[in-house]
Amino acid sequence: MFPKWFGEWNRRNPKNIYAPAIFVGAVGGAVFVAAALITLGQPFSTESLQTGTRGTGMSITEFDSDRVVPDPDIAELIEDPPFPIETDDPLASDIYENVQVLGDLTESNFNRLMAAMTRWVAPEEGCAYCHGDGDIETYGEDTLYTKVVSRRMIEMTQNINENWDGHVNANGQVGVTCMTCHRGQNVPSDIWFKLTPVNERVAGWAAVQNRATPLSSFTSLPSDALQAYLVDGETIGVHDLESRVAGIPGEDGYPGIQHAERTYALMNYIANSLGVNCVFCHNSRAFYDGAEVTPQWGTETLGISMVQELNNDYLIPLKDTYPPERLGPVHQDAPKAACRTCHKGYQQPLQGTNVIKDWPELATTGTPDYGN
Amino acid sequence: MIEYQNIFNQVQVQGQPEWGMDDDGTLAAERGFAPRFNKLVGWVGNAQLGPIHLGWTGVVSLVSFILALNIVGMNMLAQVNYSIPEFLRQGFWLALEPPGPEHGLSIPPLNDGGWFIIASFFLLVSVMTWLARTWILAANHKMGKHIFWAFASAIWLMLVLNLFRPILMGSWSEAVPYGIFPHLDWTTAFSIRYGNLYYNPFHCLSIVFLYGSTLLFAMHGATILAVTRYGGDRELEQIVDRGTATERAALFWRWTMGFNATMEGIHRWAWWFAVLTPITGGIGILLTGTVVDNWFIWAQEHNFAPAYDGSYGYEAYGSYEAFIGKEE
Repeated sequence: MFPKWFGEWNRRNPKNIYAPAIFVGAVGGAVFVAAALITLGQPFSTESLQTGTRGTGMSITEFDSDRVVPDPDIAELIEDPPFPIETDDPLASDIYENVQVLGDLTESNFNRLMAAMTRWVAPEEGCAYCHGDGDIETYGEDTLYTKVVSRRMIEMTQNINENWDGHVNANGQVGVTCMTCHRGQNVPSDIWFKLTPVNERVAGWAAVQNRATPLSSFTSLPSDALQAYLVDGETIGVHDLESRVAGIPGEDGYPGIQHAERTYALMNYIANSLGVNCVFCHNSRAFYDGAEVTPQWGTETLGISMVQELNNDYLIPLKDTYPPERLGPVHQDAPKAACRTCHKGYQQPLQGTNVIKDWPELATTGTPDYGN
Repeated sequence: MIEYQNIFNQVQVQGQPEWGMDDDGTLAAERGFAPRFNKLVGWVGNAQLGPIHLGWTGVVSLVSFILALNIVGMNMLAQVNYSIPEFLRQGFWLALEPPGPEHGLSIPPLNDGGWFIIASFFLLVSVMTWLARTWILAANHKMGKHIFWAFASAIWLMLVLNLFRPILMGSWSEAVPYGIFPHLDWTTAFSIRYGNLYYNPFHCLSIVFLYGSTLLFAMHGATILAVTRYGGDRELEQIVDRGTATERAALFWRWTMGFNATMEGIHRWAWWFAVLTPITGGIGILLTGTVVDNWFIWAQEHNFAPAYDGSYGYEAYGSYEAFIGKEE
């Protein structure tokens, strides 16, 4: 390909081209990377949310690429303000049959809420998902399990907004609606069922841990933490509050290593559900110390109590109402809620968007406050 | 590549296999496996493989270790219903767990810690016979017993974890499970349960000696390699007949940090740092739950951990709205 003189000249004049080539390549590559970083930006840049006294390493770090992208579900929320109330407006209970929970709503606001619930929970199936395929006259019947469950879920939503204000509205008015969990799906994502035992041919603690399951957040920690703490209400804390407390593990409530692992499984689940780390709530040098926790610890403690109530008073008693396909795969138990069912990986569900402002009907178990 | 900067041995001696001494005429009788040479092995060590002296300690140790290992493995396999794909998939998650707390120090059922006790027994026999082996073989070679004591320090930590401390606590459930991730879970839970192990001064010491060991090892290895060109790798000769290699190595460190070890003393430094790592660590573990139950509170009581001055700093907590850019 090259003329003959070229090869001869090269043989007579040997030259080490590799050293300068590597040098030029390295310098050129560095310049290219530097220029790209300056012009295109650092793709892995992070931002930290400070959670405690400066100098103690108390912060939550997120990639900017995750942090500034809004939760896509926020775009699904629709402005739907209530109709003003006139004194002679007919009430839903006067017009429709068998209105047990929302009977004192005016007809227009009742239908507005029904339409919204369709958007939130059954956008594809429409009214028929709960009311069946019959005429409007049959809408009062409780023939479908979906309608019976919905009624209880409305009561649950009202209870959360009214009685768990300290958790839900800790950082300002946000409230919850059906949308907070359902996000347009018949069954909310991130519900959970009892899975344990997860290992075969073993008993005791060995049977409930050392498997990658959704309930252990895919760690080898115990998979029964949600059941133990968010349903059965077992004591979460495992620490001794004095430097020396005598005891034998497993006797008189003296927690052993296994209890600490299960507590860790719950804490890990909560952290993953909120997209945060330990120091969101705790000072990690003394997890147990009530004098060193952050303000979020109080909010979170209320949240744990709330989930216990939701599971035991609302969700588990519905077990016999559900058809078999809605029950758990192992124990045929009722679907249950926990942190991730609402939070979906965000510090606040829907990133702290106020979803209750248009829905005074869901904000209280009493008479809705329409501001007049 | 400049030869003395190579990370592999540049010289390999291969010839008639070296059989070693046999002063009393009994050692060779228990030596097995015909010696052979391996070039790959020669890059990182002596090219000669074998013969190995098994002896009764070697046989007992090997057999009991293989038993222990297989008990652990078969228990893991049983937990995934003897499915090999599932065993490979969940391998890092699976474990042979100690008995539950309800069994105390009694003999538990096989499927709730019984196998763990049996595996632990065979493991104990295995390491103790191997320890005896380090003594017997050192005695045969008229060596000091430094390797015996160093291995004993590691066994001390192992016995504290799964024998001495569980007995003092009154429950086998405190023992460390045999599994990849599960033993790490145990470690984390142990620290959390007892109020943060970082405030255990023996844990601090153990970390110092562990990290110090790696630092000393790197310093010593680097120094010797750096003076190999002056014969510094012939350390024993340099100890009794100090040459320019030793002078340069000593001067380097004395001028760098004002102090230098000696050709002999550096090995005492390394040995003590390594041996003290598990000794101090074992003391720290043994005290946890038996003498001290919350190390952070203990540290505050002994003016070892500081308390925050004044208010905790709630006002420093950042705003979530500002964090996600919803607020100017």
